[in-house]
Amino acid sequence: MEATTNLAENENVWGGGNKPLNASYGKMMMWFFIVSDALTFSGFLVAYGFSRFKNIDSWPIADEVFYHFPFLHGIDAPMYYVALMTFILIFSSVTMVLAVDAGHKMQKNKVAVYMLLTIIGGAVFVGSQAWEWKNFIKGEYGAVETRGGQILQFVSADSGERIALSSFASSQVSERAQHSADNGIWYADEATLPTYTVAEVQEGFLANPDLRIKTEMIDAETGHKIVLDRAASESKIAQAVYVVEGANLIRNEYGNRLFADFFFFITGFHGFHVLSGVVFNGIIFFNILLGTYERRGHYEMVEKVGLYWHFVDLVWVFVFTFFYLV
Amino acid sequence: MAHKLSIFRGLLTFKSNIQKIWGVLIFLSIVTAVEVALGIIKPAFLLTPVFGMKGLNWIFIILTIVKAYYIAWDFMHLRDEKRSFTSSIVLPLLILIPYLIFILLIEADYIYNVMLDGFVSWNF
Repeated sequence: MEATTNLAENENVWGGGNKPLNASYGKMMMWFFIVSDALTFSGFLVAYGFSRFKNIDSWPIADEVFYHFPFLHGIDAPMYYVALMTFILIFSSVTMVLAVDAGHKMQKNKVAVYMLLTIIGGAVFVGSQAWEWKNFIKGEYGAVETRGGQILQFVSADSGERIALSSFASSQVSERAQHSADNGIWYADEATLPTYTVAEVQEGFLANPDLRIKTEMIDAETGHKIVLDRAASESKIAQAVYVVEGANLIRNEYGNRLFADFFFFITGFHGFHVLSGVVFNGIIFFNILLGTYERRGHYEMVEKVGLYWHFVDLVWVFVFTFFYLV
Repeated sequence: MAHKLSIFRGLLTFKSNIQKIWGVLIFLSIVTAVEVALGIIKPAFLLTPVFGMKGLNWIFIILTIVKAYYIAWDFMHLRDEKRSFTSSIVLPLLILIPYLIFILLIEADYIYNVMLDGFVSWNF
């Protein structure tokens, strides 16, 4: 007898009919996916913290790396741009909650409008991140690397501002050409050569008495990078073996090599989440327009994709803190 | 679904869910604005180390956790879920993440000290 009553109750179990903990199957699984994804991101951020604590006296200072703002050329604007990105993402989170709320009230048009706003916010954010990456990869000033892998930057003795390689490097006749697969050994080629050779940078540096070298090391007292005096700078520049412009996965002009690797990996993984969130939101948006959820009788899909979207926002809050603030 | 409309432990109660959403947005914006302002000004008295880290950094981390709480509780409406469900989500994170932070940062600090006064030449 009891078996028959259970059968009737459990008829819809595999369709998500049962609701343990008062949450539907889909919503619960979205939450547990978020828990596992949160642990993945924690792993990345803690690994970043590990590298940073390991190099605590020489890690790049965020304000000296991220200072660009659209249409403000040459103006030092640290943090403003990422702050703007944070607001954009939080705002798109709000339109998402409003969409979920309208879904509870079965207001199809409102849900559609709020979803569209959310998608736009997400797209603007991904675009901003692409712009941030472009600036990071391109770099502005350039630096040299020593044999030990230490980055040396160039600053003006008077203002302490960074000086670009292009403004002092001399030009020498060089016979060194880039080795490409169609010109030389056919099975080998090499990465793009830097604009200047080490010799050109060294000669230009010695010819400009106003230049100083800024090392990676941080002065514990002031919290600024240590700038060498002229004599020490001249002996340091002799140790340069490589010219670094911008950033890639091997070297970057900002300092520790791991810094760029973590930047690309963590913001890239987050950006990928935003991108996939925009795609999911887009699918849901078209389903709303087609009336799928109106026929189904509830807008729970909006709620589930909304959870994912908020999670992306949540991760950004932490990335923002650990990459740009701390 | 029934929504709980009070935040700050009942200090602030909203009339509707939509009002609560805007209220939380304003709160999160204020917190972010404070973070950015502190990050730009960098008040000198906050730069002294507290428990091995700059006081300012502790403030940033605490404000971040505050923001995370309100995003999870109000935007992801954990506030409206059953307590057992909330716990099954939050507890694993609250246990595992601080543990990971603890072991890795202690290890990193140890390696830093080995490199500082040990045998490894940092620059050559």
